Amino acid sequence: MPKVTIDGREIEVPAGITVLQACEMAGAEIPRFCYHERLSIAGNCRMCLVEMERAPKPIASCAMPVGDGMVIRTDTPTVEKARNGVMEFLLINHPLDCPICDQGGECDLQDQAMAYGYDRSRYEENKRAVSEKYMGPLIKTIMTRCIQCTRCVRFATEIAGVEDIGMVNRGEDAEITTLERAIDSELSGNLVDICPVGALTSAPYAFTARPWELRKTLSVDVMDAVGSNIRVDSRGREVMRVLPRIHEDVNEEWISDKTRHARDGLSRQRLDRPYLRIDGKLRPVSWEEALTAVAERLRGLSGERMAAIAGDLCDAESMLALKDFMTGLGSENLECRQDGSKVGSDSRARSGYLFNTTIAGIEQADAVLLIGTNPRWEAALVNARIRKRFLQNGLPVGVIGPQVDLTYETVSLGDGLDALQALGRGEGDFAEVLRKAERPMLILGSGAVARPDGAAILSLAREVAESFGMAGPQAPEEWNGFNVLSRAASRVGGLDLGFLPGPEGRDLEGILSGAEQGEIDLVWLLGADEIDMSRLGRAFVVYQGHHGDAGAHRADVILPGAAYTEKNGTYVNLEGRVQLGRLATFPPGEAREDWTILRALSEVVGQPLPYDNLGELRQKLIEANPLFGRLDEVQPAAWEAFGAKGEVSGAPFALPIDNFYMTDPISRASPTMAKCTEIFVLPKRAATGTEG
Amino acid sequence: MLQDKDRVFLNLYGLEDWRLDGARKRGIWSNTKDLVALGRDKIIEEIKESELRGRGGAGFPAGLKWSFMPKENDGRPHYLVVNADESEPGSCKDREIMRNDPHMLLEGCVIAGFAMGAHKAYIYIRGEYWLPTQRLEAAIAEAREAGLLGPDACGSGWAFDIEVSRGAGAYICGEETALLESLEGKKGQPRLKPPFPAAVGVWGCPTTVTNVETVAVSPTILRRGAAWWKGLGRPKNTGTKIFSISGHVNRPCNVEEEMGIPLRELIDKHAGGVRGGWDNLQAVIPGGSSVPCLPKTICDDVLMDFDSLREAQSGLGTAAVIVIDQSADIVEAIQRFSHFYMHESCGQCTPCREGTGWMYRVMSRMMKGQAEVEEIDTLLDVTKQVEGHTICALGDAAAWPIQGLIRHFRPELERRIAEYKAGRTPVAAE
Repeated sequence: MPKVTIDGREIEVPAGITVLQACEMAGAEIPRFCYHERLSIAGNCRMCLVEMERAPKPIASCAMPVGDGMVIRTDTPTVEKARNGVMEFLLINHPLDCPICDQGGECDLQDQAMAYGYDRSRYEENKRAVSEKYMGPLIKTIMTRCIQCTRCVRFATEIAGVEDIGMVNRGEDAEITTLERAIDSELSGNLVDICPVGALTSAPYAFTARPWELRKTLSVDVMDAVGSNIRVDSRGREVMRVLPRIHEDVNEEWISDKTRHARDGLSRQRLDRPYLRIDGKLRPVSWEEALTAVAERLRGLSGERMAAIAGDLCDAESMLALKDFMTGLGSENLECRQDGSKVGSDSRARSGYLFNTTIAGIEQADAVLLIGTNPRWEAALVNARIRKRFLQNGLPVGVIGPQVDLTYETVSLGDGLDALQALGRGEGDFAEVLRKAERPMLILGSGAVARPDGAAILSLAREVAESFGMAGPQAPEEWNGFNVLSRAASRVGGLDLGFLPGPEGRDLEGILSGAEQGEIDLVWLLGADEIDMSRLGRAFVVYQGHHGDAGAHRADVILPGAAYTEKNGTYVNLEGRVQLGRLATFPPGEAREDWTILRALSEVVGQPLPYDNLGELRQKLIEANPLFGRLDEVQPAAWEAFGAKGEVSGAPFALPIDNFYMTDPISRASPTMAKCTEIFVLPKRAATGTEG
Repeated sequence: MLQDKDRVFLNLYGLEDWRLDGARKRGIWSNTKDLVALGRDKIIEEIKESELRGRGGAGFPAGLKWSFMPKENDGRPHYLVVNADESEPGSCKDREIMRNDPHMLLEGCVIAGFAMGAHKAYIYIRGEYWLPTQRLEAAIAEAREAGLLGPDACGSGWAFDIEVSRGAGAYICGEETALLESLEGKKGQPRLKPPFPAAVGVWGCPTTVTNVETVAVSPTILRRGAAWWKGLGRPKNTGTKIFSISGHVNRPCNVEEEMGIPLRELIDKHAGGVRGGWDNLQAVIPGGSSVPCLPKTICDDVLMDFDSLREAQSGLGTAAVIVIDQSADIVEAIQRFSHFYMHESCGQCTPCREGTGWMYRVMSRMMKGQAEVEEIDTLLDVTKQVEGHTICALGDAAAWPIQGLIRHFRPELERRIAEYKAGRTPVAAE
């Protein structure tokens, strides 16, 4: 480990880091604009200049690798002068419009100008103005504020994998530009975070709030199963914006555009009071009337004639409360896989439904097989990790299923089962790649398992995984390359707490066909909107949820619940990581946290659930599955038997998501997501002729 | 004064045949095989011993630079890149070498390339140099035909080939790392150093970028010996150098002279003296637009070499001597340079991108006297804020001419400001 002396203090630092990082370790603050830990080094802002012994000029600390015996000074007059000078240069052409700038209050330039700038300007000439660029519906540009740090260019090309942004012209005329079209990346919102000034700001958030007015709540996202760590900024009753929080093992410091911008769906189409269908029309009623109506329906109904389906955004607490409620009434017809997925079906082996490799684990993989999935849309940050690994080692990626642009090179192996079977027999070039790989992995998407023969495909994939040493006895120690890519934030939690049909219970298909045939009289939809409502027949439908979406339209009773930003809930991400979402704002109107609704109803029904507060409910959750007590940990799942051999169909794998921007009740209610759909999704459909 | 027997560039003026036959008569390619047979270490040793300094402007010891190339090949090819992107205002020496004696450069490439373990050289030539490009291409074809280049270059057993790549007219592409970017087909912007080109150069391979003149003189040094070369010029500033004399002289010219020749002697002997006599001299920019100007008092006895000019707070640069007589507006001249640097700044790093425009605008006002006297100090301060804080040396090059102006002609600036304030137009000669 090299020893360096920084401001007279000798410290030992890891080899290979930069002088800037070493300075930070030594406690010397280094101002910077262009430098970002997760991007390549540009060294162009010159703010991080420090003095190095024996160097004739100050050096850019962000670009200089540490060497043994270096003597660095960050506190000399030369360094101060250099910083002052660079700061002055950055400001001469920067408009001093902080009072009307959305970045104000959280601007790197503003902050560092306070610390390192002169207190007045010596620049008497005219300032430069730069024309705005079009970057799409999510990013507002005020390019005159740009300081040409090129972070956005590097983010777009390196992380997002879209080469849409670049710097043109030179000298004073150098400007960041785009192809004059919307940045077609599901990660584009991060450009706003990465911009150190107010050149790129969030378009939907423009002029709505100041950072110091916002209450910040640390939470997790539910728009996909990644469980991105987020910060929910709210003012009063409204969620003003959603920002990423750093979690190295999950989302690093990025979030997808849906996570960030679907938030305006939280204040639209909300179910803010109970409704009851009277004479064929939904009419607002009081909680008492609604609960009584449900209780009356339940009275005398035998358990097998009722069923419950949990949707994609549910927290574990409400699912446990519903499960306890239903089992109390003698029903085993529980289902948390509203897409018809077969994972977790016949055996409860956890390794059969988790993303076992873990997201961070992708960075050790040396070959990937994608089966029936488009990770870019199903889990954007998993895809970003695969791309990261691809850039590190040229990761070979084989795809079985439809071909889509994943931002890295892929090899198409076929579109259906025969390709998987051929691979299982060890045929083809990619089999060779997998065989040679030391840490190969496969990712099974819901395009492969959410179909009638899903259990057989699961079993086939398991065999493939074992035969190539991805998992099982042949796999390297502590390596499990078998991964199921869940799409729903509630999925792994639901499976972990067993929100599944009991031994005699009906699964999704059983419930729907039962309702169709009049064998099921009552269906409880806990935020489940993505099932075929027309198959619910004449069943009495209780919809408990937060948005007036498909489920509410079909419902006979609506019990208004809380969205993910309005309750304290536990979510388990696709890796099996238990995380807590926190209440940022209160549910609107008369809507209530979901578990309390069930608790209240259980009282009316006369079978009170055994918990009176969230603490007690969580205790029960831990009793149901001790994993829920271990926050933010991924417990490796044992490699057990799962899947079932059976008939398979020759149908090619289809992708479950046809519109990344609208996959759940919240994003479907969001005007911003509608705009994105219009700009990014519809033109492509028209172009490929798949519409209508 | 340089004697004819010590002249290196025998066809500087294009009076003789530039083709292979003519070149052979001048001794070029005569014993290249033997020079290669000296071996890598001996060649580099000899160049080091000769104290040859790079002719591109910075004056870095050439032998030392060549020795930075990895001794052991790690599997990556090595490259020699010849910097023929001669764009420094005032400088036109490489053009003469390439169009009048292209084989000198080619032979130099073989020697220098061999010494670096390179099998391939790129000559990155300024796009505007059409004739030199044509002649270089023709000379390369001749050399290939004659077996001087190719799988067994000059019968030495060393495979070597040369490719010419044309620039597209950006001054910054003469900066070695920007040149490499441009050579790779990218936008010409300087790279961060470290890593230096000797470790990671063109296509990520070990590369040495070196000036045309440096390469062209190296075979002669090996032929005649380091001692001969060291016998010319002054200690640490050895050998001969092509000076490009332009501006207010009676006979602008390129001329090969010994290093360390007095400036006055250079101008008087070769350029026919300053227009209107030595006393009509106002200033000289001794090394191309990037170096600070010198007033007549210093020009009277300054010597033309790297170290003497540095002592005089200027530099030899590319030895492009720009002579300015009393008739010129020295402030406007420097203002024009400021415009040039603003225009040619790549825009990558902050001090240069923002500073060059600022300096130009203040200079434009200063030219007319539309400024406050205090602004002279502000301007000087701005040049200091640019100097040494940038990725490449363009920032320094933009700052130095202004620093030179303020250092030597401050009274002139103050006079204009005073006159403008007094409501009169400056009387600077038009």
